[in-house]
Amino acid sequence: MSSIEIERDVDTSHMQVSDKVAIEIRNMNKWFGAFHVLRDIDLTVYEGERIVICGPSGSGKSTLIRCINRLEEHQAGSIVVDGTELSSDLKNVDKVRSEVGMVFQHFNLFPHLTVLENLTLAPIWVRKTPRKEAEEIAMHYLEKVKIPEQALKFPGQLSGGQQQRVAIARSLCMKPRIMLFDEPTSALDPEMIKEVLDTMIELAEEGMTMLVVTHEMGFAEKVANRVIFMDAGQIVEQNAPSAFFNNPQSERTKLFLSQIL
Amino acid sequence: MTDLSYVRTEMLPERDPPISTSGVIGWIRANLFDGISNSVLTIASLAFIYWVLSHFIPWFWSPTWNGSSLGNCREMIGAAGKEGGACWGVINERWPQILFGFYPEELRWRPILAFVLMFVALIPILFNMISRRWNWFLLALVLFAAVSFVGSGVIAVLVQIVLAVTMAYVGWQIVTTKGADRADQIKAGAKRLPNPLLFSAAFVFIMPWLLWGGTIWTPLAAAFGFGVGWGAFRLVSPKFGDLAGLILGVVTTFVWWLVLTGPVASGLNGVLPVGLEPVQSRNFGGLLLSVTIGVVAISVSLPLGIVLALGRQSDLMLVKWMSVGFIEFIRGVPLITLLFVASFLLNVFMPPGTNFDIILRVIIMATLFSAAYIAEVVRGGLAALPKGQYEAADALGLDYWKAQRLIIMPQALKISIPGIVSTFIGLFKDTTLVSIIGLLDPIGLSNSIRADTAWNGVVWELYGFIAFLFFILTFSMSRYSMYLERRLRTDHR
Repeated sequence: MSSIEIERDVDTSHMQVSDKVAIEIRNMNKWFGAFHVLRDIDLTVYEGERIVICGPSGSGKSTLIRCINRLEEHQAGSIVVDGTELSSDLKNVDKVRSEVGMVFQHFNLFPHLTVLENLTLAPIWVRKTPRKEAEEIAMHYLEKVKIPEQALKFPGQLSGGQQQRVAIARSLCMKPRIMLFDEPTSALDPEMIKEVLDTMIELAEEGMTMLVVTHEMGFAEKVANRVIFMDAGQIVEQNAPSAFFNNPQSERTKLFLSQIL
Repeated sequence: MTDLSYVRTEMLPERDPPISTSGVIGWIRANLFDGISNSVLTIASLAFIYWVLSHFIPWFWSPTWNGSSLGNCREMIGAAGKEGGACWGVINERWPQILFGFYPEELRWRPILAFVLMFVALIPILFNMISRRWNWFLLALVLFAAVSFVGSGVIAVLVQIVLAVTMAYVGWQIVTTKGADRADQIKAGAKRLPNPLLFSAAFVFIMPWLLWGGTIWTPLAAAFGFGVGWGAFRLVSPKFGDLAGLILGVVTTFVWWLVLTGPVASGLNGVLPVGLEPVQSRNFGGLLLSVTIGVVAISVSLPLGIVLALGRQSDLMLVKWMSVGFIEFIRGVPLITLLFVASFLLNVFMPPGTNFDIILRVIIMATLFSAAYIAEVVRGGLAALPKGQYEAADALGLDYWKAQRLIIMPQALKISIPGIVSTFIGLFKDTTLVSIIGLLDPIGLSNSIRADTAWNGVVWELYGFIAFLFFILTFSMSRYSMYLERRLRTDHR
C-alpha cells in the first residue's frame, strides 16, 4: 500500500505546531443505527499540525474526519472547531464548513461546471467575493496546483490526478484554516498519486493544519508530525511518525503495520 | 522450449480502413445486406414501405382543394379520372376554425401576435445562442410589424416611430459591436442592454391580456400581486425566518389575486379606461385553445413539480407527507376525472355568483396533473445524483437552497430532460380531452364540422390535419430536448 516513496526533500521551515487549539474533540461517540462506529474519541489538534490517520477499513477513520465538518452528526460528546461548537445550530455548522476545507476520495467536482466555475462557486455564493476577484484567486490556486491551462475545461476532460488537484484548489479558494483529506489518493493510479501527494506536501510546507486519512505511509513518515492508528471505532495508538513506525506499542498496531509495510 | 522474446524495431504508421467497410457501399453492406436474414428483412421492409406509399400518395394527391362539400369533392375526383381520394376542401374552408375556434375574425391578430411574442419571450429561456441585442431587436421588429398591420391614427404612428428608433439604435449596436463575449464588448464601449428575461416575465401578463382582452389594469394589478407578496416576504422574513416569510408571501399574493385584483383593476379602469375588446372564453377553440392550455400548464407545472419533488425528499415530515399525498392522489386519478371536477363540481363549491373561468379551471387541473408527474421524473433525476455532490456542496458551506439551485438541480434536471419532455408532450396531447367536457379544441371542432351536412362523412382528412398540427408541435419539443441534451453534455463520456 505504501508503494509511493517520497523522493523530494520536504522543507520543514514553516511547519510549526503552535500551542493554539484548532480542533478539540471531547468524549465523542457516534452510532450508525445501532452500530457504535466511534467510541469515546478524545483528540486535540493544534494549529499547524499535520496528522495522518490510518487503520483498517471500517475502523471509523473517515467517519471521524467527516464529523469535523458535520457531514456526519455525532450523538454524544463535543467537537469544537476554531472556537465554534458543532451543534444542530445551522449557523455554527455553516461557519465551520466555510473555515474547514475537505478533499474527497472521489474528488466530487461538479461535472456541469468548468474547472474555473468549480473554484469560484463557493467564494462567490458563500463568501460574496466579486466574480472578478474570485476568478483571480481561483487562477492563483490553479497555478499552485500546476494546471492553470485547464481552467476552462470540464472536470470530465481531466485525468484523475488533475481532478483531485482541482478539488484541492477548490477547497483552498475558500481560504480554509484547516484541511481534511479523506483518502485523497485511494482512487488514483500510482503516477497520479505522486502528483497529488506533491501538492499536499507543498500545502504542508506552507504551514496548513491538515488531517489526512491515507494509506500512504511514505507521506506519513515525511510530512506528518503525528500518526493516529484507529481500530474498531477508537484511537488505539498515536505517536510521532518515527516512533510510531519503528517502535509501535500495541499488538493491533504491530499487526497492522506488518501487513501494510 | 520455443523462444518467446520479441522486440519491435520500427513503429507502424496509421492506415486507412479497407474500402469494403467504409463509404456508401460499405455502409449499405454493413447495415442493410449483412447476411441472409438481414437481406430478407431489408427487402421485405422496402416492399412494405412501397405498399403503404402506393396507397397513400394517390389518396393524398387529390385535386379537391377547392371542393365545397363532400359530394362536390367526389365529382372532382371522378372528373380527374381517379377512383378515390382525399377531400381537402374541408381543410381549405375550415382551417381558420381549426386554428382559432370561434375567436372573432377581426381580432385574430391578437392570438397570432401573442404566439409570435411568445417565441420572442422564450428565446432567452430556451436558447443561449443569441445576444441580448438581437433579442430586443427582434422584439421591436415584431411589435413594429404588429402596429403597422393593425394600428392606425396618430398614436400608431408615434409608436411606430419609437419602435423604429429603438430598432435603429439596437441595430447600430449590433453592426458596430466588436468582441467575442459580452465582457469584451462592454470593455470596447458597448452599451449594456436590459436582460431580455424582463420581457419574458412581462409576457406572462401580456399573453392573457392579448388573448382575453379587457382592461390593461387587470394584468397590471395581477403583476402587482408579486410585488405585494415580495413586500410581505421582506417584512416577515427578518423576524420570523425565511419559511414563514415565504408562506406569508405566497398567501398574500393569492389573497391579492382572488380578492383585490378585480376591484382595483375596475377602479383604475374607471379613472383611465385603456384596454382591448374582451373575448369570452367560450369563443376560444381549436389549436389556440390547446396551445393556451398546454403552454400555461407546461410552464407552471415545471416549477411546481420541482417544489413537489424537493418536498417529497424533505426532512420536515409534514411537508413530506403533504407532497407524497398530493403526488399519489393526482397520479392515481385519471385526468378526465379531474377535468369533470373542473367542469361540474368546482362550481358547486364556489360561492354563488362567482365566475371562475372554465379555461382557467381546466388549466389548473392540467397543471396539477402534470406537476405530479414532473415531480416523480425530477425525483428520479435527484436519485441518480451521486451522494458526493451533496457532500461537496455541504463541505463548501453552501446552504440548502444554494446547493439545490447551483449544484443539485442543474444536474438533476439535465438527467431528467427526456422524462420531463415526455411528460410535457403527453400533457399537450392530453389537452384534446377537454373536448369531452364540451370545450372546442380541434377534436371537439372536428365533431361539429362533421355535423355540417356539407362535410358529413369526412373523417381521415380532418383527423389527419389535426394530427399533423399536433405532430409539428410535439416533434419540435422532442427535437428541442435533444438539442438541449447535446448542449448540456459536459461529462465527455
